Amino acid sequence: MTAQEMPMPTLAPRTRRPPNWLERWLGHDVYRTMKGLVTNPMSVAGLVLLGLFIFIAAAAPLLAPPLPNSSPYNIPRDGYGDVPKPPGAEWKLRQPPLPFWWKAVTGKDQWVHLMGTASGQWDIYYGVIWGTRTALFAGLAITLCGALIGITVGAISAYYGGWVDMVFMRITDLFMAFPFLLTAMTLSAVLTPRLGKGLLAPTIALIVFSWMGFARLLRSDILSLREREYVLAARVIGVRDSRILFRHILPNAIFPTLVLASMRIGSYAITFAGLSFLGIGAEVGFADWGQLLSFARDWMTQLRDYWYIIAFPGVTLVLFVLSWNLVGDALRDVLDPRMQGSR
Amino acid sequence: MSLSPAFREESMLNYIIRRVVMVPFLLIGVTLLIFLMLMALTPVERSALYVRDVPRNERVLEGIIKKYGLNDPWHKQYWRWLFGTTVTTTEGDVTTVERVGGIFRGDLGYSRTASQPVAELLARRFPASLELTLYSVLPVIAGGILLGVIGAVRHNKPADHIVRVFGIVGWSFPDFVFGLLLLMAFYAGAGWFPPGRISDWANKVIMSPEFHNYTKLITIDALLNLRVDIFLDALRHMVLPVITLAYLWWALTLRVTRSSMLETLRQDYITTARAKGLSERTVIRQHALPNALMPVVTLGGGTVVGLLSGVVIIETVYNYPGMGAAAAKAASQLDVITVLAFVLFNGLILVLANVVVDILYAYVDPRVRLD
Repeated sequence: MTAQEMPMPTLAPRTRRPPNWLERWLGHDVYRTMKGLVTNPMSVAGLVLLGLFIFIAAAAPLLAPPLPNSSPYNIPRDGYGDVPKPPGAEWKLRQPPLPFWWKAVTGKDQWVHLMGTASGQWDIYYGVIWGTRTALFAGLAITLCGALIGITVGAISAYYGGWVDMVFMRITDLFMAFPFLLTAMTLSAVLTPRLGKGLLAPTIALIVFSWMGFARLLRSDILSLREREYVLAARVIGVRDSRILFRHILPNAIFPTLVLASMRIGSYAITFAGLSFLGIGAEVGFADWGQLLSFARDWMTQLRDYWYIIAFPGVTLVLFVLSWNLVGDALRDVLDPRMQGSR
Repeated sequence: MSLSPAFREESMLNYIIRRVVMVPFLLIGVTLLIFLMLMALTPVERSALYVRDVPRNERVLEGIIKKYGLNDPWHKQYWRWLFGTTVTTTEGDVTTVERVGGIFRGDLGYSRTASQPVAELLARRFPASLELTLYSVLPVIAGGILLGVIGAVRHNKPADHIVRVFGIVGWSFPDFVFGLLLLMAFYAGAGWFPPGRISDWANKVIMSPEFHNYTKLITIDALLNLRVDIFLDALRHMVLPVITLAYLWWALTLRVTRSSMLETLRQDYITTARAKGLSERTVIRQHALPNALMPVVTLGGGTVVGLLSGVVIIETVYNYPGMGAAAAKAASQLDVITVLAFVLFNGLILVLANVVVDILYAYVDPRVRLD
C-alpha cells in the first residue's frame, strides 16, 4: 500500500451529525466498521451463518449427546457393516443417549441416523455436529498462530531494517519457495509418529507454513507508514522509537493484516479438511468433515445412491468457509479505503 | 516517467543478475530445510535413503546405520545426502565398493509405498502432471481474466453481481467437495467422464509394442501414433479435473483482475482517453487492459507453477496418476522419504520458475526494476 492509499482522517461525519452513544463508546473507526458489517447484506448473511456454526459448536452435547465413557469426538458407529445407510435409518447397535428435544419433536423413543451413515457405519450427523468444533479449532488456531508469528517477524523486520530485515525476509522467501500443501503434508507425516495421530500434527504443520503472507504484508505497510508526516512529527517532538512503533505505526498498519487473517480462516479450514480427506491427521472415526468426505471415495461408482455421504458434510464445509469469506470480504471493503464507494 | 534506453537496459541486466545470483542460495536453503525435516526422523527411518528394505533384525540394522553413518553429525550427513558417499562392503573375501545416495546424483532413496526408487516414481508420474497442466493453463487463466474484466466493465450491474457471487462461492468451495460433486453427477450419474488417466482398453494399446511412447504425454503420443480414439479417451479423462481446477482458480484470477481493472479504469489517463472520444471498446482493450493485467501476470506465473507441482487433492479425488496423488499416498502412509523427494523436486521447480516469472515480469513492467 503506498502513501496515497492510506486512510485520510475522516472528519465529515462529526460535522454532519453528533455521534450517538454507541459511536462514542466504540470510537469512530470501530463504529464505522461495525456499521459497515451490519448494513451489507452479504456480510449479514455471513455473520448469521457464522453465529449458527458457533451455536452448533457450543451446543454439540445437546444436539448430539455422545456415548457415555467415550470421547465425544469419536463418531459413534452402528456396527461395522460396509454399506452406508440412508438418512432416517434406525439406530440398531450401541445407540447413544437420545437428545432431550428428539421426543418432543418427533414423539418417538428411537434414535435414528439423521443424516445416514458412511461406510463402516459411522454416523454422519454426529460427525457433522462435532466436526464443527474441529473446524473452528483448526481455522482459528492456524490463523491466530500464523498471524502472530507473521506479525512478529514483519514488525521486527520493518523496525530494525538493515541486515535483520535482510535475513528475515530471505527466510520468508525460503518458506514461500515450497508448495504449501505438499510441504505441510510432509511435515505432518514427520510429526505424526512423534506427536501421535491427532489434530496436533497437521495443525502445527500448517502453522509452520502459514505465517509468510502476514509477515510480508505487515512489513510493507509499516515501511510505507514510517515515512508519513505524522510519524515524522512524532519523531521531531522526541517520541521514543518503541512508542512510535507500538502507538503510532502498528495500530495503523495492522488493519490489512487483520483483514487478511479473517479471509484466511476459511481457507485454512479447507486445507485442514483437505489433509484429513487425504488421510493425514486424526484417527479414522474422529469427528472431522474432511474425513467424513473421504468415506465417499469408497463408493465412487454408486455416489448417486449414497449422495448423503457427500451432501451433508460437503454442504456444511462450504457454508462454513463461505461464512468466513463473506465476513472477511465485507471487512476488507469497509477497512480498505480504496474500495470505499467502489462497491 | 521516462527512462533513457541505456538506463533501462543496464537496470534490466542488473536485475537479472541479482535474481540469478540468489538462486544457489535459495537452493541451499530449500535443501537445508528439507534436510532438517529428514533429520527429525530416526536413523532407522532414514536408512530407506540407502537400502531397499529396512531390515527388522536389530544387529543387521545397527550394521546399516553404522555403514551409512546415519548417526554422524548433521553436516556430514547433509553432505552425503547431497553428493553421495562411497561405501565399502566386505563379505568373506569379496570386497565391493559402491557409490550410494546423493540427490545430485539422482538418488533420492527408496519409496516404501511405491516399492521402487523414488527417482523412478518421479519420472513416471511427472508426465501425467505435466499433461494435466498443459490442458488446464489456458482455460484457467483466460477464463478468470474474462470474468474479471466483465465484472469490472459492468461494474455494479447484474453481470458484476453474478461474477462476484460466482467468485466468492468458488473461493469457498473446497476442491475435493467440488470434485466429488462433479464425480457424482458426471460419473456415477451420467457416466460420461470417468476418473483415472486412461481407460483399460486404451492402456493395453499404449503398453503394446506397436505403440511408440515419444513424449509420455498420452494425448500427444496418441496423435503421433495416429490413434484418435486414444487421444479422445485421454481427453475424456481430463475433462473433470480441468473443470475443477478452472473453477477454483477462476475465483482467484477474477478477483485480482476485477479489482485491478476497477482501479485502472479510475485513472486519469482513462478519462483522457474517453475525453478524446475513443470508443469504450478501444479504451478498455488498448488502454486499460494491458496495465490492469500486470498483477494477473504474477498470479499467472504462480498458477502455472502451482499446477506443475502436482495438484495433490484434485489428482487424488480423480485417481489421476500424477505427482500429487503419489505424494498424497506416501504422506498418508508416513513414507516421509518419498514425500520429501517430491517436496524437493517441487521446491526446485518453484525456485527456478519464480526467477523466470520475475524476469519476464520485469521485462513487461519496467517499474518493477526501480524498486
